Amino acid sequence: MKFAILAFPGSNCEMDLYYAIQDIMNEDVELVSYKNDSLDGFDAVLIPGGFSYGDYLRSGAIARFSPIIPALQAFAKSGKPVLGICNGFQILTEAGLLPGSLQKNVSAKFICDTEPLVVNNADSMFSSEFKLAQIINLPIAHGDGNYYCDQETLNDLIANDQIIFKYRNNPNGSVANIAGITNKAGNVLGMMPHPERAVEDILGSSDGIGIFQSIVNYAKSREVVTHG
Amino acid sequence: MALVKVYVNYKKSILNPEAQAIQKALGRLGYDNIDDLKLGKYFEITVKDGVSRADLDKEINEICDKMLANYNMENYHYEIVETEAAQ
Repeated sequence: MKFAILAFPGSNCEMDLYYAIQDIMNEDVELVSYKNDSLDGFDAVLIPGGFSYGDYLRSGAIARFSPIIPALQAFAKSGKPVLGICNGFQILTEAGLLPGSLQKNVSAKFICDTEPLVVNNADSMFSSEFKLAQIINLPIAHGDGNYYCDQETLNDLIANDQIIFKYRNNPNGSVANIAGITNKAGNVLGMMPHPERAVEDILGSSDGIGIFQSIVNYAKSREVVTHG
Repeated sequence: MALVKVYVNYKKSILNPEAQAIQKALGRLGYDNIDDLKLGKYFEITVKDGVSRADLDKEINEICDKMLANYNMENYHYEIVETEAAQ
């Protein structure tokens, strides 16, 4: 399968993601500039962390108007997997592909740490490699990771099982300990923690592999259905 | 020419840790009379001549809804000031 990694001015995790997909997952991967307007030929899209446009105005608010975004919206609508990590999550909320928004951490501090997450839904195309309620350890590194949505939206997220990962010890003040959510259709995931920084034991954790492996399994099962 | 002053503020339900840090620091400096402090954003947009008030209102609202404010957590309001060049 072939992954696209979107690169915006100020993205800084695109190469970590690239090597995670290429060297650990052994899958095809290509960097796609924010200036492009097509995602044809890709099976999954990854939006990396970083500080696109210096977080000017709000995190993700400017990147959200890049030429690549209409293609991303069409790709998301097609049902294929889209994963936004950290700034990628912020861009997805600003682009209206995920509900809610990411605010300043409650402590007003940038937090760089490894956090235990609880797998809250192990049936999604991003988490099928995990077991329900399993604890996984992933690094976080953000100043604006405090997920906020109103009560009605939260009720919807819960009712539709869209909350995939929760923090065990909420580090940033997120509503309902939310670390990662999907859209209603379940094919767009935004998460603040960085799975690409946890793909080898030497990095302190290899729990991130489960997320990429889940996507690969999903895409390959779809291929069989389509072509088989 | 017209100058549009746009103010973007957090909704009441939104916690603003930056504003709280500033308020606390002022408290430490001895400014005891401060009951509450809000931190928002302020934009000055200068508009070209010849735009009708109706078109300007429409465009400024559109700009705010689309980009300057995030309706999830922010409110905005604006005022339009005619500048000297228009006279």
